[in-house]
Amino acid sequence: MTDFTATLPATLAVEAPISLKAQLRRAERLKKLKFGALIVPLALFLLLTFVWPIAALLKRSVDNPEVVAAFPDTCALLRQWDGQALPDDAVYASFAGEVDRIKGTPVLASAAKRLNMELPGFRTLMMRTAKAMPVAINGSARAALIDADERWGEVATWQYLARNASPYTARYLLASVDRKYDDFGNIVAADDDEAIYVKVLTRTFGMSAVVTAVCLLLGFPLAYMMATQPAKIANTLLIFVLLPFWTSILVRVAAWIVLLQTEGLVNQALMGLGITDHPLQLVFNSTGVYIAMVHILLPFMILPLYSVMKGISPTYVRAALSLGCPPFRSFWKVYFPQALPGVGAGCLLVFILCMGYYITPALLGSPKEQMASYFVAFYTNQTINWGMAAALSAILFVATLALYMVYTRLVGSSTPAVR
Amino acid sequence: MLASYASPLERLWHYALRAICGLVVVFLMLPILVIAPLSFNSDSFLLYPMSGFSLRWYQEFLTSPAWQQAFVNSCIVSPFATILAMLLGTPAAVGLTRMDFPGKALLTAILISPMVVPVVIVGVATYLVFAPIGLSGSYLGLILVHAALGVPFVVTTVSATLQGFDFNLVRAAASLGANPLTTFFRVTLPLVAPGVISGGLFAFGTSFDEVVVTLFLAGPEQTTLPRQMFSGIRENISPTIAAVATILTVLSTLMLITLEWLRRRGERLRSAAR
Repeated sequence: MTDFTATLPATLAVEAPISLKAQLRRAERLKKLKFGALIVPLALFLLLTFVWPIAALLKRSVDNPEVVAAFPDTCALLRQWDGQALPDDAVYASFAGEVDRIKGTPVLASAAKRLNMELPGFRTLMMRTAKAMPVAINGSARAALIDADERWGEVATWQYLARNASPYTARYLLASVDRKYDDFGNIVAADDDEAIYVKVLTRTFGMSAVVTAVCLLLGFPLAYMMATQPAKIANTLLIFVLLPFWTSILVRVAAWIVLLQTEGLVNQALMGLGITDHPLQLVFNSTGVYIAMVHILLPFMILPLYSVMKGISPTYVRAALSLGCPPFRSFWKVYFPQALPGVGAGCLLVFILCMGYYITPALLGSPKEQMASYFVAFYTNQTINWGMAAALSAILFVATLALYMVYTRLVGSSTPAVR
Repeated sequence: MLASYASPLERLWHYALRAICGLVVVFLMLPILVIAPLSFNSDSFLLYPMSGFSLRWYQEFLTSPAWQQAFVNSCIVSPFATILAMLLGTPAAVGLTRMDFPGKALLTAILISPMVVPVVIVGVATYLVFAPIGLSGSYLGLILVHAALGVPFVVTTVSATLQGFDFNLVRAAASLGANPLTTFFRVTLPLVAPGVISGGLFAFGTSFDEVVVTLFLAGPEQTTLPRQMFSGIRENISPTIAAVATILTVLSTLMLITLEWLRRRGERLRSAAR
């Protein structure tokens, strides 16, 4: 009907009058759909190449598939078990049957590896048990299992199995904040040799804070200079900020290695000036990491600062001065508060980016400077422990997201780097 | 400007500020200025003073199969990733600018989030999901993720350009009888083109300098230039690295000049329109 009236000249459409309001609404709706359709391809694309992978990774931090995959029936039974006395014969029989069925397959091996993480020695226990299977016809599964290894006669062994009878676990997330389950399922502090992650996370945030502070100290004067000088000088200074910003990070890392090495220019200069009489170790330790990180992130501080400061009218400070306020006081009381949004944006941006850095510490630092990102990569590449890689990613991701939300509140969702 | 009646303390501060800024500029520029000359060094140490002039490291870069392969791979991955990012990002920016709906801020934040999520997470996550479906160790997988990392730059720059775009021009074109397609190509596109190109350059720069995702996702056949530099720096930093670094710096300088030119052209047009 609507199609029909729409094709008629307006004067002929009196018989089926659509109010102007309704027509307008329809046109608005159509417009909305049309513009909405423009966003859909990108939204779908990012869903598939970005959101879904990250969601899958984060889910890995609570996944616990190995034991359930190996012993589905036993796990179902153990979930009903009270955990006080030894489980009944049905559990023994089901377990013996399932061990026999997957004996020699990678399913059993990965379940054994997983249980060994909880209780060292579980792998040999499983292998020994598998060798003793199947249970003799008419024999008791309980007797056969306890015969294979007497630990099957202990409640604790079954408790470890029962605790992994669920497809989800908080184990990895707990481990990433140096906590673990004890024998009774309580959350306790992890053993000293495993409790390294709180230190890693503190170091990640600590280094980010230091880099942010140094960037602010170095970036503020330059941004102020750029904002208060005539356009010509400001543009030249801007080029000096943008050129390193556009230079490949790897180029800059290589350049800093060249500069900071034992016989490098910086050491030559320091010795020439008589500041030191022997070359200093400036790279492959924390000094090198800090210098390169500040260098890489400084433009991310200067650009938002500059864009805010550019909008601050000099008349306010002039007014303060003419009213007799001392220069430093008028800067602090009049100028600085106006620059605060830029300070906030710059600091958050630098901190967020710094937290996730991987290349710079990996190439310029020693093992002592590695941040959370390094351990994510380590667990993915070296030990293939997806649980730990995912748990550390989750912490890093949540921290980034929280700060990013503060950042978007502060400056809207556009990036200051792009101008 | 320093007023003639400035107090000594103000004078001191005036010069101190300039000195600090000078030092910061030196700090920013020093690494770039230092590495380029060493690429012409005739011996194999990255040390000053240089022993003589030679082009042997450039020759090595141009003749070594590993570097050549890496260069070719970068020239495959980055342009495709850039084009994909531009094709997806430009319409999305138009949609986001022209439309208001609840949750728009959230959607924008999500579309821009590839810029802030730590790249290691992106690398590990895409490897986890792409490996089972055969996309790890493939050009396609790498192009897709590089495009995702570049898209936020296209969205933000095009959106910024559209902020100053007068949509009455589109209405004028339509009222004069141009169909939407003609309007887009003859009116809208020429006006937002600088934004699209700058966004594309940012996306290209991101992809061309990307190493972390490549570390996880690329196979040995997809080693890109930054990936090759990464292993070079890690194993044994040689003047070939300095040669590649110099070439890359020249490239990024050219990109910066193009961007500056686009920006100034945009500013000129905008002030002329007023």
